[in-house]
Parts: sequence; structure tokens; C-alpha cells
Amino acid sequence: MASGIQPVTPADVALSVRDLTVSLPEGMERAYAVENISFDLKRGQILCIIGESGSGKSVTANAIMGLLPKVIRVSSGEIHLDGINIVGLSPDKLRSLRGRVVSMIFQDPLSALNPLMTVGAQIEEVMAAHAVGTPKSRRSRAIDLLNEVGLPDPQLMYHQYPFRLSGGQRQRVMIAMALALEPAILIADEPTTALDVTTQAQILQLIRDIQRRKGMSVMFITHDFGVVAEIADYVVVMEKGHCVEQGSAERVLKSPSHLYTRRLIAAVPHLTGKDRVPLQAADRASILKVECLAKTYRSGSALFGKRRIVPAVNGVTFDLTSGRTLGVVGESGSGKSSLGRLLIKLMACDSGSILFEGRDIAGLSEAEFRSLRPKIQMIFQDPFASLNPRSTVGHILTVGPVAHGMPYSEACERARELLSHVGLDSGAFDRFPHEFSGGQRQRIGIARALMFKPKLLIADEAVSALDVSIQAQILKLLDQIQRETGVSMIFITHDLRVASQICDEIAVMHRGQIVERGPPSQIFLDPKSSYTRELVAAIPGEQAGSMLEHAANP
Amino acid sequence: MSGFLLNRLSQSIVLLVIVSIIGFTVLNLMPGGPLAQFGLDPGMTQKDVERLAEQLGLNRPLWIQYLDWAWRLIQGDWGHSFRDGSSVLTVIGRHLSATLLLMGTSTALAIAIGSWIGIRGATHRYSLFDYCATVGAMVALSVPTFWFGLIGIYIFTLKLGWVPAGNMYTIGDGSVLDYLHHLILPSLVLSLVHVAIWSRYMRTATLDALSQDFIKTARAKGLSERRILLKHVVGNALLPMITLAGMQLPSILTGALVTETVFTWPGMGRLFLDSLGYSDYPVVMGLLIFSAILVVLGNLIADIVIATVDPRIRLA
Repeated sequence: MASGIQPVTPADVALSVRDLTVSLPEGMERAYAVENISFDLKRGQILCIIGESGSGKSVTANAIMGLLPKVIRVSSGEIHLDGINIVGLSPDKLRSLRGRVVSMIFQDPLSALNPLMTVGAQIEEVMAAHAVGTPKSRRSRAIDLLNEVGLPDPQLMYHQYPFRLSGGQRQRVMIAMALALEPAILIADEPTTALDVTTQAQILQLIRDIQRRKGMSVMFITHDFGVVAEIADYVVVMEKGHCVEQGSAERVLKSPSHLYTRRLIAAVPHLTGKDRVPLQAADRASILKVECLAKTYRSGSALFGKRRIVPAVNGVTFDLTSGRTLGVVGESGSGKSSLGRLLIKLMACDSGSILFEGRDIAGLSEAEFRSLRPKIQMIFQDPFASLNPRSTVGHILTVGPVAHGMPYSEACERARELLSHVGLDSGAFDRFPHEFSGGQRQRIGIARALMFKPKLLIADEAVSALDVSIQAQILKLLDQIQRETGVSMIFITHDLRVASQICDEIAVMHRGQIVERGPPSQIFLDPKSSYTRELVAAIPGEQAGSMLEHAANP
Repeated sequence: MSGFLLNRLSQSIVLLVIVSIIGFTVLNLMPGGPLAQFGLDPGMTQKDVERLAEQLGLNRPLWIQYLDWAWRLIQGDWGHSFRDGSSVLTVIGRHLSATLLLMGTSTALAIAIGSWIGIRGATHRYSLFDYCATVGAMVALSVPTFWFGLIGIYIFTLKLGWVPAGNMYTIGDGSVLDYLHHLILPSLVLSLVHVAIWSRYMRTATLDALSQDFIKTARAKGLSERRILLKHVVGNALLPMITLAGMQLPSILTGALVTETVFTWPGMGRLFLDSLGYSDYPVVMGLLIFSAILVVLGNLIADIVIATVDPRIRLA
């Protein structure tokens, strides 16, 4: 390009991406991570890039930071940061921009901080790297920053190591670090995805406050349209490396023009406020009755040192009608997963009773319980880790029933039947888990659980690791399976919106106890406990009159 | 922390008791026993041997012998060498400094060189350097030490005449320089295999640290690669290495059998081999307990160091 006719970025644009193409090394499933994408981030605005996994949104962020791995490179296009084209810039010049002109916060605050350095030292490091201030001024600036991001007792916090902080606090530290040199642009790569919903609401609030106060420009990457509705001024929708739609947040959310955007928005689970039409089963018998169930974790030696005692499940009582779904909702540490493990007897409870089909299974030994095991099955959260990578799908499906005495030929037949039932072709039987996508693997996981013709399914965060559009499909599948087989379900999740899609009744857990129980409509529209109210209020994009609500119910 | 220490200490004592019982039993299972060598001595009659056994208490049942030995050990009496009658601790003391000199030098060399190779191999992964380091480590690990020792002597002593073939010092000299002169070849040969092990572990640990999210954070902060390496990578990579170093500690004091033999180095390794040859059971048992204590201590020290360096463990 001849000098002189180079387009000058308008002064009100902080970041401009023009025809950016990032190529992938040969042998990947596509040649480009992103292809010909263009967008502008205006000064003082929040731009949301939304897309599912593999859409190229994180690659775009890393390209802007100059942090792409060596094998992935920008093959054409321009990225203007504050008027400077950074494509092809020397590593040293790029480095001097990072942290000073543009800074970044990441998804997982648990691993994004160095465990061996104090919080204060890590914040000061940004200033030291760019030779700003003296040790003394850096220190007072770090304490100011800790104060600014709303951390309690900044003086004390300064000397803390990251492991002492909660996830939300760590993300605040990350934000403090990113703000240290007052950069023009902040890139946030799914900064709230790993956080609880109430913490997420606080962090979103913080980012918005700081952005307004400082007039900063924020590029916010997310997969959640709820978050977009909360925070975005402008939206870029990405699919498989292409930018399929962009526009003001209001325009994109209210009248999405691209099919993919519409599909994504439609897939976002909502608090409908309507209850599910329950299955009309012949018997209204209770399949599971749990009374005063308790489990306390004890760690540390009894002989020496202090013992840590954590009551994980504390006097939980509920019952489940046959053919219904009970949602167990709570934040991390609420005891919901412990409850799931107790019910399937992966660990023994301390006290209380679990009446399954009228028989108390709480006190049964492993040998006594074994014959009942096929009747209670579990679907796990991580479809990547829960299938043995060295077994074929056929083996994964048949090994359990065969162990329980089903003839191999019958098990094979049933496995093929179930695979087609959960929407996979019968060729899946001889293939290995790594040949399937996350959603397909979760289907395999469901088929595996159904092999036993269970009476009760326990789904522990079964859709949490999936993209929203896949999530919607899996929820539909579970609903269909329940209607066909009459299986009862306990659906454990941190996401109230998901729970509202599939559950007949929801139990909200907090600190090991059920604080509230009721049909979704009551939980969402008329929550009785203050904790439930807090949870419902924290759901992104669900406030009355929210843009997303209009989009969903036009 | 003190609770943890007490816990570990009580475990260690149980471990030491078990090790000593097994050692004592196995040693006495050997055919002949300590006095067998006198059986062929024409100057000794059967009566003499019996009297000797009576004197040394070797005709008592094995478990009484063990209890007697253990009771004395607790009181600080490690027994006396059958060979020259001097106390076991004295014998060990005589050989300890030689081993400490050799093993200390070679371990320090191995850790320094191995760390450097490992870190460089990880930061320049799949480079020519990394490739050479990998192949070199394979060779060093698969070729026996005595071969390296003999080749070293052949080249540097016989052909080039740079260094002496063995011993710790020249009789009649014994200056610092003379010691160093004798130290060069055995310590280099000995450190070869340790460099290989250490560099492989260090490479893996560094790669592990490099793949952590906080390295990306550090890059996003605009830190220089050098600072990232020194401040964020090395510290985290060294953490798992402390355990490895703790496991090396016993060998620093118990010596290297093969290398000490090849270079006629008067250290603990040679002492063990010689004592075994002479059926000098008190010294063999002493060495056994000595190294068992060192293994326990080495692990304990590693745990304490990790707890001091890693804030997550320090305060937990």
C-alpha cells in the first residue's frame, strides 16, 4: 500500500480491525482461525464479541494483544491500536504496548495469577515492566488500585497470595492489574464464565463502572447473550472464523438479521415464568424420599494439628415423584454436587435416610447396593473426561450392563438402539470418544446411563460445559427421554435459566441446606428466601424490560 | 506445621524400625555368617571360632542379637567393626568427608548444568539444542557409569596425561590444588548421569510452568521474556524439583559404589563394598541405618523447603 493513501483511523475509534485473517497450521480442521473480519471499537464503548467455541473470538483477542502462538500468524489485514498498526510490529514494540495501551483479563482467575507472588507484587510488576514510577509510588498506586476494584482492606490484600482469595476477588485483582497503567483498551476474554452467577453480576457491574468512570474502551468476549444484554453497546457475532453480523446491541438483540444470530438468541435459556407440563404418569408414587441427609467433610489428622470440618450437606429433606424432574440449584460450594454423590452412593452419608422405591439405601453396604446400582445412573459434567479415551463407544456402553449380567449380544443390540435414539448414527458404536464433538459425547454419556433402564437419572451439571445451541439440544433430548421412558431426574446445575427449562420443581441450595423449594414459576417470580431473590436478580439479561426479553418474546 | 512435623517424625521412626529389621534379617540369612572366613584359616581351630562367636555374642538367637543391637543404637553405640575394632561411627566418619567432597561437587554441578539445559531445552523446544540435549541425556542414562569412568581415564590420564587416574590426593602433597586435580574427572563422570536426569525433569517442569495461564497474564502485562522466565517460570518449575533434590540428599552422603571403585576414591561407597566383602556386619548395618536416616531426612527437608517456598502450603 502506497504511503499517503493509508486509511487514517478516525479519532473516536480506539481499536480498528480491518480484513483480519489469521491462518492455522496445516492439518487443522480449517485453514483460517478467522477470515476477513473487520470491526471498530469506539472510544468509551463496550464491544461484545459473541460466538460459540471454535468461532475464533479468542484468537482475535490474542491477535490484538500480539500474543498469538508462533504457529498461528496473521496472514493479512490490519489491527490499529490507538492509531498504530500492530501487524508486523517488532516484538519489543508490541511488548511496550501490552499492559500500557491495551491490557487483558482472562477467563479463569484461579490460574491466571502466579501462585508464588503476592497480589501487590504482581500489580507493581506491570508498572515496573514499563518503567513507570518509583518502587514507593508503585506501591501506593497498587494499594489505590486494590481499593478501586472494591477489594476489602487493600493494605492487607497487598501482601496476600492469590490462593487466599476467592474467584471473584482474584478477578478483581486481575482487573486492578489491567488498569494499573490506565490503558486505552481493555480486552476481557470471558472474564465471568468461571464465576458464580452472583459474583458474575458484581464483576460485570465493576467493569461497567470503571469503563464509564475512565472512559475506557472495552472489548468483551463472551458466549452468553445474557451477558451481552447486560453490558454491550455494540455486538459482533462470530461463527467459525467469520463475522456474521454486527451492529448496536439494541439492533442485534431486538432484530437479529443473520440466521445464526437468531439461532443463538433463541437457544439462550430463559426464565419463562411458566411451569413445565409434567408427564402424565399413571402412578404418582414417590420414587425417592430423602430425609435429614447430612455429610460433613473432615480433613487433617485427628492426632496432630487442626482439623478442618466442612458441613457439605446439612439436613437435606426432599422427595421426588416418579417421572418428574427436580432441579438442584446452587453456587459453588453450596453442596449440590456432594448431594448428587450421596444419592448415587459414591460416598457414604453421615446421617439421614435415602428411601429409594421405599427402601432405605443410605445404610446399605456396597455389596448390598450393587443390585440397585443399575436403577440409579449418573450423567456427568465433562463430556471429555467422563468417557475412557481408549475404549470404543460400544465398549463404554456395554461394559456396565454386561457386568450386571446382560448377555453381550443383547447389550450390543440395545446400545445400537440407544445410539440412534440419542441422535447418533449406528456407526458410532465402533468409534472412539475423541472422534466426537462435545455435544455428541454428552449424547454418548446419556446413552450410557440409559443402558441400564434406570429409574432415576442424576445429571450433575450435564450441560454446563456445552455451547448454548448444543445445550438447548441436549435439554430437549433429556426432556424427550423422560417423556418416553418415564425416568425420574435430579438435575444439578448452577444455572437457574437451564433449570427453568427442564425442571418441574427446583430446590435452591445454599451452604449445604435447601433454602427454598417450589415450581420454577414461584422460584423466579415470587422467591420466598432472600438468597433466592439474590440469585434470580443476578441472572444476566433477565431484568424486567431487558433487551433480550424483547428479543425472545416479541 | 509442627503437627505435620510430629506426624512425619513418628512415621519415620516406624519406617526406620522396619528397615533395620529387614536389613538385619537379610544380612544374617547369608550363608556362613560373619565368622565363615575363619573356617578355612589353618591357624584357627573350631574351638577358637566358637570362642570368638561367644565373645561377640553371635551364638545367641537372632532376635536377641537384633534387640541388643537396636538398644545399643538408641543409646548411641553403633557397635564396633569386626575388622579393626574401631567404633562404627568412627569408621563412617573417616570416609564421610571424601564422599561429601566428591558427591557434593558432582551434585552441585549436575543441578546447575542440568537446570540450565532443561530450562533452555523447554524455552527452545524442538530446536537443535533441545534435540541434542535429549539424545545426550539418553546416552548418558543408558551407558553405565564405569564405562564413562574408564574411557575418561583412558583419554585424560593415559593419552593426555591431564589428570590422575584415581585416589583423592597425592601422598606427600595434599594441597587444595592437588585435591581439586584429583576431583575433576570423577566428579564430572559422576555428574553426567545426574545432569541427564535433572535436565529431563527440569525440561518437563519448565514446559509445565510455561503452559500455565499466569504466563499468558505476564505476557499480557508487557513483561520481557527474560523477566517472565526468571520471575514466573523458574520459580514455579523449581517447586517439583525440590522433592527430587531431597531424594538426592542421601546419595550425597552414602556415595557412589561404582565411581568410587573405578577411581579408588576412599568414600562411603567403597567402605560399603569392602565391609560386605569382609563380612563386617556391624559396619554394614551402620551404613544401612545411616542411609535410611538420610532418606527420611532428605524427604523431610524437601517437604519443609517446599512448605517454606510455596505460600499455598506454608499457610494452609
